[in-house]
Amino acid sequence: MSRTLTGLLVGLMLALSPIGASAQQKAADPAVLAKGEYLARAGDCIACHTAREGKTFAGGLPMKTPFGTLYTSNITPDPQTGIGTWTSDQFYQMMHNGRFPDGGLVYPAMPFASYTKVTREDSDAIYAYLRTVPPVRQLNKPHDLTFPFNNRSLILGWRTLFFREGEFKPDPTKSAEWNRGNYLVEGLGHCGMCHTPINALGGSKQSQAFEGGLIPMQNWYAPSLTSNKETGLGDWTIEEIVDYLRKGVSAKGAVYGPMAEVVYNSLQFLNDDDARAMAVYLKGLAQGGPPEKASTSLPSAESSLLLSFGKSIYDRDCASCHGATGQGMPPDYPPLAGNQSIQMVSAVNPIRMVLNGGYPPGTSGNPMPHGMPPFAQKLSDDEVAAVVTYIRTAWGNRGEPVSARQANELRAATLN
Amino acid sequence: MAARVLACAPCHGAEGEGTSDAYFPRLAGKPAGYLYNQLIAFRDGRRKYPPMNYLLEFQTDDYLKKIAEYFASLRPAFPPPVPPVDSKEILARGETIVKNGDPQHGIPPCSACHGPTLGGMEPGIPGLLGLRAAYISGQLGGWRYGTRTAFAPDCMQIVASLLTEDDVKAVAAYLSSRPAPADPSFAPRGSLPMPLECGSEPH
Ligand code: HEC
Ligand code: HEC
Ligand code: HEC
Ligand code: HEC
Ligand code: HEC
Repeated sequence: MSRTLTGLLVGLMLALSPIGASAQQKAADPAVLAKGEYLARAGDCIACHTAREGKTFAGGLPMKTPFGTLYTSNITPDPQTGIGTWTSDQFYQMMHNGRFPDGGLVYPAMPFASYTKVTREDSDAIYAYLRTVPPVRQLNKPHDLTFPFNNRSLILGWRTLFFREGEFKPDPTKSAEWNRGNYLVEGLGHCGMCHTPINALGGSKQSQAFEGGLIPMQNWYAPSLTSNKETGLGDWTIEEIVDYLRKGVSAKGAVYGPMAEVVYNSLQFLNDDDARAMAVYLKGLAQGGPPEKASTSLPSAESSLLLSFGKSIYDRDCASCHGATGQGMPPDYPPLAGNQSIQMVSAVNPIRMVLNGGYPPGTSGNPMPHGMPPFAQKLSDDEVAAVVTYIRTAWGNRGEPVSARQANELRAATLN
Repeated sequence: MAARVLACAPCHGAEGEGTSDAYFPRLAGKPAGYLYNQLIAFRDGRRKYPPMNYLLEFQTDDYLKKIAEYFASLRPAFPPPVPPVDSKEILARGETIVKNGDPQHGIPPCSACHGPTLGGMEPGIPGLLGLRAAYISGQLGGWRYGTRTAFAPDCMQIVASLLTEDDVKAVAAYLSSRPAPADPSFAPRGSLPMPLECGSEPH
């Protein structure tokens, strides 16, 4: 082994096993640790289990829900306040079955409903890795939930409706790549947590309020990944999907809102094979005929007025980046013509983009992204409605018109 | 770089020169280290202004540094100072605090850190000229009410909480009545014996 390589390995080991790590820790195999670290990235544990400017994995991040605020747990190996005394069996039980070591029920804001698909071997690798991160002494903050949601036994109802325990079983009729993609998307990736109408806490009545993937408290809409009408991934190439997931920008569109967080903290770290596998699986999900036509619900005279008003705003404020015919300048400025993510039935996303602007995340594949200015001050509700209606219906796009009221309601949306 | 930061232009102007809205600050020509500290503070939520917290949330340190260096390098013209509307007494009170402080109430002179010409000090202390009164009092208020914090020890938090409402008004009135220098002249790093320790200006 060359000297530099040995040096690198020693450096890696040192970085992975800080002084003070639990004494009972066996000299874990560096390959297993590296794998565990990679899988923890794929599961995006860090995004939820690290507070802003807080210590890594020490928890304390507030998660706002319609029922109150949950605080994430300390998952560093500190024996008193973290999970330093947990065995790998107990850790697997948490990931796989959503139960604490004493059998208590875990709130599904911890995405065990997806992690249940994770194999025992992968769970053990994450466990081994988490034992090597610097232990942090920091007590968990008690959750602040309203009655009756502060009663953990309610979780039983949610579990009966939505939780299916079970490790991933490969489909022998599909390729290894497809199966790997399926495993990552449905398991560690916990993509379903945002991309399905089931919300993490409600379950019964409450969940219906958010049907269609409107993320509670955040007012962003996560399209269904199984419908070509909503995502249109069926028309994307594998390379475009890979770029979207890993760089955050692609020839077809850029990530924004909560999806930017997922790319920033998790997906950009996927290796080539896994990113491709995910893309293959996602593309397969979305196939099933071209996107349906939506019928426009405005009488034509009124809509043509709205459209010409919208076009004048577009030409003045948007065309310099998104192009006169919505073709964009990818990857810097996403195209709007044919961009499925702005044509969904829910117009929340394009309205919010116009009000708030945005930057795709800074990733290793796109470290200095171009941004879009917010128009909340410049444009009135009528103007926002007109320009969003225009981009949803021009150039062959098939979205429905939006009203000034919809635009007005989203001015109050929480920004971050 | 100009194209990458067009998203900032509606509020800060295409060259970081500021806009007619008094609360939207000029960025051009401020010390790069200072701007960088502010961008990090917005990204991490220590300094709060939701539209900016949101825009910067997923950007790396490296990129924020480049953005800071870019705006620090620009030199658009300053708008002429607005003729003061406040009384001579208020302006004189402001001038005294800025130049001499108020030893009786433990207030250090602003010039002790911001420099004798109020041009700022490298790397992390900004100049105080060319800012508008509403912005200056808004920021001092931000420190007093906790919506703006700098790296600990946060000396400006201490300074701001020593000032009374009237002091804030006087200081803002005086500073905004002074013409800004065409070219910023920062005092060199470590050249001023600062009366308090500041986390943003390590020595
Ligand atoms: C979407 C946010 C989210 C993500 C992603 C997430 N967690 Fe959690 N996790 C939580 C919340 C919230 C709790 C607290 C649940 C409760 O109190 O019932 C929690 C609790 C835990 C606990 C229990 C610790 C204790 O002592 O309370 C462990 C262990 C854990 N998570 C591990 C992980 C691992 C490993 C990953 C990545 C593979 C992960 N989590 C990803 C939100 C998340
Ligand atoms: C925190 C919530 C959240 C999670 C978790 C999440 N997404 Fe998303 N996703 C969104 C939102 C919101 C959008 C719409 C914004 C956009 O298009 O960037 C979106 C958009 C997308 C799109 C683009 C659809 C289109 O047609 O433009 C794809 C593809 C996607 N997500 C894949 C994934 C995958 C794969 C995962 C899991 C690894 C995942 N998402 C996890 C919230 C989430
Ligand atoms: C300075 C260039 C610029 C201008 C001007 C601009 N945009 Fe954007 N736009 C962008 C960038 C960059 C993104 C990607 C942002 C992100 O991912 O967060 C974007 C994203 C979008 C999106 C989301 C689509 C996607 O796939 O990411 C919509 C919708 C949109 N812009 C509409 C508009 C409208 C309408 C206007 C005019 C009112 C406008 N934009 C003006 C640069 C611009
Ligand atoms: C919607 C308007 C808006 C947009 C867009 C915006 N800013 Fe700001 N910015 C402000 C306001 C208002 C403040 C002062 C906030 C406060 O009171 O603390 C500010 C403060 C700042 C400061 C601190 C200045 C100082 O002297 O302390 C920096 C640096 C900055 N912005 C950079 C940027 C950059 C870079 C962008 C683009 C990525 C941007 N801003 C986009 C409104 C905006
Ligand atoms: C002990 C040193 C020190 C003293 C004394 C001091 N300042 Fe500061 N000031 C700083 C530092 C450091 C910063 C930058 C803080 C940061 O990183 O946000 C700052 C920033 C500011 C800002 C923000 C400027 C902007 O563009 O947003 C204002 C306004 C300000 N000071 C006003 C004053 C006034 C008025 C006084 C006198 C009453 C004063 N300062 C005295 C160290 C000092």
